[in-house]
Amino acid sequence: MSKLKDASIPTIPFGARVSRWFGRNLIRIYAVLGFTYLFIPVLYTFAFSFNDSGKSNLVWKGFTLDNWKNPCGAPEICTALGNSIKIGFLATIFSTILGTMIAFAIGRYAFKGRSSSNLLIFLPMATPEIVLGASLLSLFLVFHINPGFWPTVIAHVMFCISFVVVTVKARIASLDPRLEQAAMDLYANEIETFRRVTLPLVAPGIAGAALLAFSLSFDDFIITNFNSGTLKTFPEFVYTAAARGIPAQANVIGSAMFILALLIVIAGQFVGSKAKVSK
Amino acid sequence: MIKYLTKVKTPYLLLLPGFLFLFTFFIIPIANLAQTSTQSAIAGGDTGQYEQTLQFSNYLTAFTENKEQFARSFVFALCATILALAIAYPLAYAIAFKAGRLKNFLLVLVVAPFLVSFLLRTVAWKQILGEEGFVVPTLRSIGIIGDSTTLTSTSFAVIMGLTYNFLPFMTLPLYASLERIDPRTMEASGDLYANGFTTFRKVTLPLSMPGVVAGTLLTFIPAAGDYVNASILGSPNTKMIGNVIESRYFKIVDYPTAAALSFTLMAAILILVTFYIRKAGTEELV
Repeated sequence: MSKLKDASIPTIPFGARVSRWFGRNLIRIYAVLGFTYLFIPVLYTFAFSFNDSGKSNLVWKGFTLDNWKNPCGAPEICTALGNSIKIGFLATIFSTILGTMIAFAIGRYAFKGRSSSNLLIFLPMATPEIVLGASLLSLFLVFHINPGFWPTVIAHVMFCISFVVVTVKARIASLDPRLEQAAMDLYANEIETFRRVTLPLVAPGIAGAALLAFSLSFDDFIITNFNSGTLKTFPEFVYTAAARGIPAQANVIGSAMFILALLIVIAGQFVGSKAKVSK
Repeated sequence: MIKYLTKVKTPYLLLLPGFLFLFTFFIIPIANLAQTSTQSAIAGGDTGQYEQTLQFSNYLTAFTENKEQFARSFVFALCATILALAIAYPLAYAIAFKAGRLKNFLLVLVVAPFLVSFLLRTVAWKQILGEEGFVVPTLRSIGIIGDSTTLTSTSFAVIMGLTYNFLPFMTLPLYASLERIDPRTMEASGDLYANGFTTFRKVTLPLSMPGVVAGTLLTFIPAAGDYVNASILGSPNTKMIGNVIESRYFKIVDYPTAAALSFTLMAAILILVTFYIRKAGTEELV
């Protein structure tokens, strides 16, 4: 077979062969280019975390591991990181609980006001962040609440809820209702069915939603900037530092978070595929 | 869907805490913002002191003073959305149909860059495209750009930054809707003598429209209100409406104008979105 094919190739001119190869692989070439575009700034950030840069990390001055050995070396950077992690955790816990409850209500029940509930969930996502941040700040100012740690947590819970609802709802929608019916047929009551069938099946969706909420909260700048007052989160640190050149330690923390998050995602995939096999 | 109709109250009890929270920290603030937008400065008061005078002219002044930034925000956001669609569609298509066993891995790769803080990535672009980066000298040496041309502090840089930063919001919904397409529909189209392009135009694209609508909205909305890209990658000549609102709040302490601008932005976006959804004919978005 292959010999036959080989024999037929020389009759096609070289140019046509090249263009046919491009035609066939166009989408793959395009995908490779797309991924390159996506990863350029990541590789840049990673590379410059090893830069022996001194104060401003603009030009490559030589390889060093010092930044990785001492990530808190730049002033304020670890306080900012700590704030971001604390806010992220609190926002994740509250938004995941509230959002999951809403997702169950909307995804599992038919009730009056269901479509307006959907609208209320969609609205915060359709509102530009700057409007969300600014309007919350105005509210806090009216009640003479100073911007700071808790206002920031409240703001983050508020914008994370919708994303949690959407993620968990998608998981609930993909469940096979017959599994729950089977549990009921086997004399499990509503609560037992929920605890032993529904919840374990929805759990991966909830875990995914919590990860999404944490990454949204951790990375948020605009809403945070309005409500954090003098408190500084990691993105705020980078924003202020950007004017005079960010320290290489910021690149270290960014890269470390990237690696950590990637490991979590890969572990999640691994656990997910294991669970599928064991089913 | 199973309906436990035995307990009618359950869904409302489940909704209560979350909706109470959203009501207090989303609905009330927006209402309060509307209220602030028609205030005016107290005569003889300090900076930052305002009283309600139902001064609707705030809207007119705010809009006419910042027409240019409004227009720029929408043009930039539109350009970024179109570019993101052009980049993300083939990417999502390749992952959905050509990746084989690598599918999940590639999907992780699409999201992975966004695990690095978006400010760090934006600053990285600033440095890559800046005078000390490698792009400008290369382009100069092959003569594509002149010696005095820069890439940062331009509209190009801001649009590129917006495109980059909102790319996953485009790619993921596109992938989700492409992945759901039964490949047999495309085979059937081929069997009926449609060529690749016709199959794409008549089968794949229409079936992926929900993803296109969701993706373009999720890119356009945050891009129109963004000010981070414009302030890191742009110059005073590329200010977007977000920059104006931000400086009204923090530098000028002019809350009524900032509120009026925020409200106008939100209204403009909601009108555009409603119109767009009607046109595109997709109701099921979330």
